[in-house]
Amino acid sequence: MNMQDIVDSKATVPALAPAMQEEKVSIRGLSFYYGATKALNCISLPLYHKKVTAFIGPSGCGKSTLLRILNRIYSLYPNQRAEGEVLLDNQDILDPSVNLNLLRARVGMVFQKPTPFPMSIYDNVAFAKRLYEKPRKSKLDGRIENALRRVALWDEVKDRLHSSGLGLSGGQQQRLCIARAIAIGPEVLLLDEPCSALDPISTARIEELIDELKREYTIAIVTHNMQQAARVSDYTAFLYLGELVEFGETAQLFTKPRESRTEDYVTGRFG
Amino acid sequence: MINTSRVHRRLIANRIAIGLSFAAAAIGLGVLALILFTLIAKGAAGLTATTFKEVTPPPGQAGGLLNALYGSLVLTVLGVLVGAPIGVLAGTYLAEYGRGTRLASVIRFVNDIILSAPSIVVGLFIYQVMVVPMHHFSGWAGVAALVLIVVPIVVRTTEDMLLLVPGALRESAAALGAAQHTIIIHIAYRAARAGMITGGLLAAARISGETAPLLFTALNNQFWSTDLNGPIASLPMVIFQFALSPYAEWQQLAWTGALIITAAVLTLSVVARLFGATGRTS
Repeated sequence: MNMQDIVDSKATVPALAPAMQEEKVSIRGLSFYYGATKALNCISLPLYHKKVTAFIGPSGCGKSTLLRILNRIYSLYPNQRAEGEVLLDNQDILDPSVNLNLLRARVGMVFQKPTPFPMSIYDNVAFAKRLYEKPRKSKLDGRIENALRRVALWDEVKDRLHSSGLGLSGGQQQRLCIARAIAIGPEVLLLDEPCSALDPISTARIEELIDELKREYTIAIVTHNMQQAARVSDYTAFLYLGELVEFGETAQLFTKPRESRTEDYVTGRFG
Repeated sequence: MINTSRVHRRLIANRIAIGLSFAAAAIGLGVLALILFTLIAKGAAGLTATTFKEVTPPPGQAGGLLNALYGSLVLTVLGVLVGAPIGVLAGTYLAEYGRGTRLASVIRFVNDIILSAPSIVVGLFIYQVMVVPMHHFSGWAGVAALVLIVVPIVVRTTEDMLLLVPGALRESAAALGAAQHTIIIHIAYRAARAGMITGGLLAAARISGETAPLLFTALNNQFWSTDLNGPIASLPMVIFQFALSPYAEWQQLAWTGALIITAAVLTLSVVARLFGATGRTS
């Protein structure tokens, strides 16, 4: 590869990206700082409507950081700062006037470790709904059953809805967290290594679930596991040292990567 | 090659350490058992229905501790009712809103100073700011002194317990669009509830046995009084006065009072422990 190739590939967003796809989220020239440390450098990539986009890369490459910008969760911490543009339906979410609570209702997030709230299974799912409306009991019951069915948890917990969510297994807790996130009807779902604390069977269930969920939601998933990225995603972004090295359709990125660094990473030569 | 003499030496050192630990534990527990035994032996004799029915007697007559029990109960309950909410709110500021700020670290430092201040200093302070301007001792002054003892304890336990709540829990509530106060009230308090209640109960146990802060504030009262604007009796004050007196009846009542107060504090501490334990397992 000569110098010109490197410049070209860096400057362009995927040549292979189909023009027909609708961009739900457009990240443009995004940089991120933890205090004085720059963690992301001028990232540009789209999240396509109702597709799964995986962020891969070695530890510390900035993939979780990137995900945490998309619902502005980093704003909880005063010394973290983003520059650039992140358009959600053509509205810049980095704008200081954006109502963060409403943004987070539209962009849900599931974390690495399951984080059930210290309350009953029912209240865990109802928690978010109650933030936005005062639904009647019967209506709420229906919504909660629906959310739990969607994550295939209903049959396992229907007889103990009012016992603590902390009593569930790790995989069940993670599905409860996903149910909680989708109960308020978000448009985008962010998954930050959702399976890294789970056993293989629970992981398989979550992966099936992601496949189901992408019919309705635009999904971004951070994963350490390249097989997982290959299995669940439609598009993959490879990040390295805070830079976006390559973005493209998952099949293309894993089989015919344009960048030698991507090839080295996906074939396990480093990382 | 394994050096067997070294292994042997380690084994001996281990036995010595175990022996010393056992001895230290035995001394501590032995002293505690001795105190409880003395209290029961000397106090149980005077524990009759009269203790709870009659007020403290003049020298040479029979009587009970009713006024002191009532006073202690009222002072302790009011002290916790006023002090705990202030402590919880201040602890919440330190752990949630003020985390990492300069103001929070200054408040934390000052709180630690008040926490370790001798309680007689607290009593003197309230004497100066309340009793002197009002020209009389009062139950309210006693309550104020006890509040000053409760607040730093509750601030400390509240902050510590809230800091134990995982950040991931707060983040996931924020990620659902919950505002900060919602996260604190519905998630953080709930997760820290057991520890916070334990802190309140321990504060109650602490002030129910305090004498020094009441010495110059609530003073004492030989008669039945429910008026918090005047001097009011309390168990620790009655014990203090009666134990030092030359009268046998008074000394007996002091022992009985000491037994009651110890039993009450012990009960509170056990309840606090139970709360802490259930909080960790659930």
